[in-house]
Amino acid sequence: MVTAIAFGLVGGLAAFTFRYAEGLSYLSSDPKACVNCHIMRDEYASWQHGPHHAAATCVQCHLPHAFVPKWWAKVVNGWNHSKAFTLQDFPEPIRIGPRNARILQENCLACHAEIVSELVHGSTTDEDAVLCVHCHRGVGHGAR
Amino acid sequence: MEPNAPRRRWPALVGVAIVAALAAAGVTALLVNIIQRKTEAKQQFVKLVEVDENTVDPKVWGTNWPREYDSYLKTAETSRTNFGGGDASPEQKADRFPWLTRIFAGYAFSLDYRDRRGHAYMLLDQEKTRRVTERPQPGACLHCHASIIPAYRYVGKGDVMKGFEEVCAMKYQEARALKDASGKPLVDHPVSCVDCHDSKTLELRVTRPGFIVGIKALKAHQGVADYDPNRDATRQEMRSYVCGQCHVEYYFRGDRKTVTYPWKNGLKVEEIEAYYDEGSNFADGKPFKDWVHAESGAPVLKAQHPEFETWSQGIHARSGVACADCHMPYVREGALKVSDHWIRSPLLNVNRACQGCHPYSDAEIQGRVAQIQDRSYQLLQRAGGALTEMLDALKAAKAAGATDAQLAQARGLQRKAQWRLDFVAAENSMGFHAPQETARILGEAIDYGRQAQLSVEKLRLGEAAKPAEPAQKK
Repeated sequence: MVTAIAFGLVGGLAAFTFRYAEGLSYLSSDPKACVNCHIMRDEYASWQHGPHHAAATCVQCHLPHAFVPKWWAKVVNGWNHSKAFTLQDFPEPIRIGPRNARILQENCLACHAEIVSELVHGSTTDEDAVLCVHCHRGVGHGAR
Repeated sequence: MEPNAPRRRWPALVGVAIVAALAAAGVTALLVNIIQRKTEAKQQFVKLVEVDENTVDPKVWGTNWPREYDSYLKTAETSRTNFGGGDASPEQKADRFPWLTRIFAGYAFSLDYRDRRGHAYMLLDQEKTRRVTERPQPGACLHCHASIIPAYRYVGKGDVMKGFEEVCAMKYQEARALKDASGKPLVDHPVSCVDCHDSKTLELRVTRPGFIVGIKALKAHQGVADYDPNRDATRQEMRSYVCGQCHVEYYFRGDRKTVTYPWKNGLKVEEIEAYYDEGSNFADGKPFKDWVHAESGAPVLKAQHPEFETWSQGIHARSGVACADCHMPYVREGALKVSDHWIRSPLLNVNRACQGCHPYSDAEIQGRVAQIQDRSYQLLQRAGGALTEMLDALKAAKAAGATDAQLAQARGLQRKAQWRLDFVAAENSMGFHAPQETARILGEAIDYGRQAQLSVEKLRLGEAAKPAEPAQKK
């Protein structure tokens, strides 16, 4: 009985916290979910001003397109971002890390492979490969 | 067995309670953290006191805007980079550039000319310098060394422009001691909030009469009639104009010492020079001079920290990057984006100042800047050497009895050479604000300096050669 009450309370509190933190929104692909945290305001605003605004949302560039890699990336990024934002222990300005840079690069090609097929041979995600965004920096988040 | 059962279950129950308590504590801590982050996201400030156009004391503004005020106060902290800043008594520039003493012979800058400190010290350091304590200076100096507009308004009986002209014409000490009707000092603070922010809307605005008149003349030259920065400038332009109110080349016009920005022909070094050379710009109909050089007798110009002009010729200005973008970069405090009012060298804050746009390591960025500045420094020293030899030649010729007519050409060239050298030496970025422009100016300085030297040498050789070549040419 006592056990049930104890875990019921904790469970309820956890459920409330999850809802209050708009936990369900993270299961969606709505760009607004990415700006739940104020830290992403600049990125959200600059995407709205960038040329890809009409063509792609956050997750279309920043998450893999296949089911399992997509949800695994959500788990990894979800954990990393929650931890960083809760503990406020990340360096600024925020930069994309190697894992996510690779995902991003693959997504450039997912849409634009045909047009660059004559330019790009072999891997574009090797450590010393030139990424699309090296030159096309402004496409996602506008010019800087 | 029966009597033992309850005894065995107690530890298990206590364990469960502890686990549940820890879990509850953890979830609650997370909940509170989320609430805190959500609260941060609601941007707000609390207006506790009223500020108006006469509130020059930044502490009063600081009650309403503590974040900005806190960082503003840090301009009092000691900061130093390779080529500027310093502690209580910064280095004499002449220690680093011995030729400065020669260049400024006969002028107050040869007395005392130190590296600059933070904004907090602008009024104090001005009062202390031997240029002010040992030479008479006008109230004009306070145009940029104090939060002065209320004093202008008071003296001009409501008319800031009129008050500005009156205060410029006063003696420095007299203007510094100005008091209002109730005996409260009017000139008591270094640059303050009200100098750049409208007290009602907090919008950026410019207040310095010298800048307002100067930028209007510049825009008229560019084909824009009746320009008013407070009405016509974009927000991004204002983020440079507020700094350009003071970090510019200027001169004191006429007997009334009215602070004037020589921008009628443009902002480039030769455009400003053309303005000074054109006699019709001045009441006496003669080209302007700051002083007569003690060694050579040349009427020469002094450049004063033309940061705004130099920046305007560089790649950052061309790319739309404002002064404040690098010198007052945004910092995040909770969810608030605050521009850092600790105005200082971006080299002391590369992370915020540079890396927002340039995604490279600290070492790489510091290295790039060091390369630009070291090259500028080398070229500046070389130009200083060239001009020292120019002065040696002029001085020797004068001592040997060369006439004013004979020296006229060399003196004209000295004026050009010295103006260019000083335009770079007085500018606070060691070339970084516009590297190629800086090198171009120094190249011209060296050329004019050597031309002046050649002109003098020709006099000497001409004298010696005269008997051999009689009346070949006029």
